[in-house]
Amino acid sequence: MAEFSLPANSKIGKGKTVKADGAKNTKNFSIYRWNPDDGENPKMDTYEVDLDTCGPMVLDALIKIKNEMDSTVTFRRSCREGVCGSCAMNIDGTNTLACTKAIEDVKGDVAITPLPHMEVVKDLVPDLSNFYAQYASIKPWMRTQSTTPEKERRQSKEDRVKLDGLYECILCACCSTSCPSYWWNGDKYLGPAVLLQAYRWLIDSRDEATGERLDNLEDPFRLYRCHTIMNCANACPKGLNPAKAIAEIKKMMVERKG
Amino acid sequence: MTDFNTPLSKVRGLGSAKDGTHHWWVQRVTAVANIPLVLFMVISFVGNAGKGHADWVSWLQQPVVAVLTILFVLNVTYHMRLGLQVVIEDYVHSHGLKVVSLILITFACVLIAALSVFSVLRIAFGG
Repeated sequence: MAEFSLPANSKIGKGKTVKADGAKNTKNFSIYRWNPDDGENPKMDTYEVDLDTCGPMVLDALIKIKNEMDSTVTFRRSCREGVCGSCAMNIDGTNTLACTKAIEDVKGDVAITPLPHMEVVKDLVPDLSNFYAQYASIKPWMRTQSTTPEKERRQSKEDRVKLDGLYECILCACCSTSCPSYWWNGDKYLGPAVLLQAYRWLIDSRDEATGERLDNLEDPFRLYRCHTIMNCANACPKGLNPAKAIAEIKKMMVERKG
Repeated sequence: MTDFNTPLSKVRGLGSAKDGTHHWWVQRVTAVANIPLVLFMVISFVGNAGKGHADWVSWLQQPVVAVLTILFVLNVTYHMRLGLQVVIEDYVHSHGLKVVSLILITFACVLIAALSVFSVLRIAFGG
């Protein structure tokens, strides 16, 4: 059955508090901590961060905590400007990128947990193996049969515009892990991010495998677990609308029935 | 048992069922058909509110009313069967329990439909 409560070994306890001595302008960051090696349940540790010596984004605070307060705090980050998708996590109840989420946009304490309903590797690092395998399963590259042209594959401006709102996806997994259908059936349902990527190739005028792509998606679980809940569009830190892309795939499915 | 399957082999699983579009489409068609049918039933029931048994019987004995009521019953039970299937597929993950549940809801919806249609016909033909 679907899981509506946390298993016993995932129940979250209260952790330690680390103070910022002598700081005047502070904010509390409550961070999910779990270490696979100590055999303990996860805890929420609280770090009092001196905002006067901290950058404006939540990622700045995380890096400051790791550098100055507790080097064991574990999280992924890379580009620090919203193009790599590494620092996706749940901040103040919403999945988003720590690097583009301003601290001042959070009222009160900042609660930070890993992306929901994923296996945790450590602290804020979720296991994305299944997510990446799902992405690989849609064959996210251009598939053609025609003789390879000598120069670039040409595309009209009108056809190129169809990729806008799709190519911007950075595969951070904020949308998929905000989706209840993905929580309950993430092993079989491809989820909003991968389906948006699938549509990006379905609608590309240069691709010649549209039918096979639709064949691969036409499945009660892979595609049709989407019930238009729209959490995906709400969560996307790039302002994209995966739900719309999925609706377009469903329309293509009906269209090819004649 | 240690699981050595790669994530990709698990995701590919048994392959695509090449199915689901018909279910999705018919669910929408029955939803559209439900708009006028439910509206008809609600308006009729509000209009007939407070009337006695004989009035209700003569109302249902009109051919148009009897046919629309039967269509309403068939459409609602079919739509209900499709919707319940979605709920079970969403939440029941054990394969055996899922199959049993799907069979039971099918039986239940067909039973409701048959009983309702029989009742309407019996009144319509003055049985």
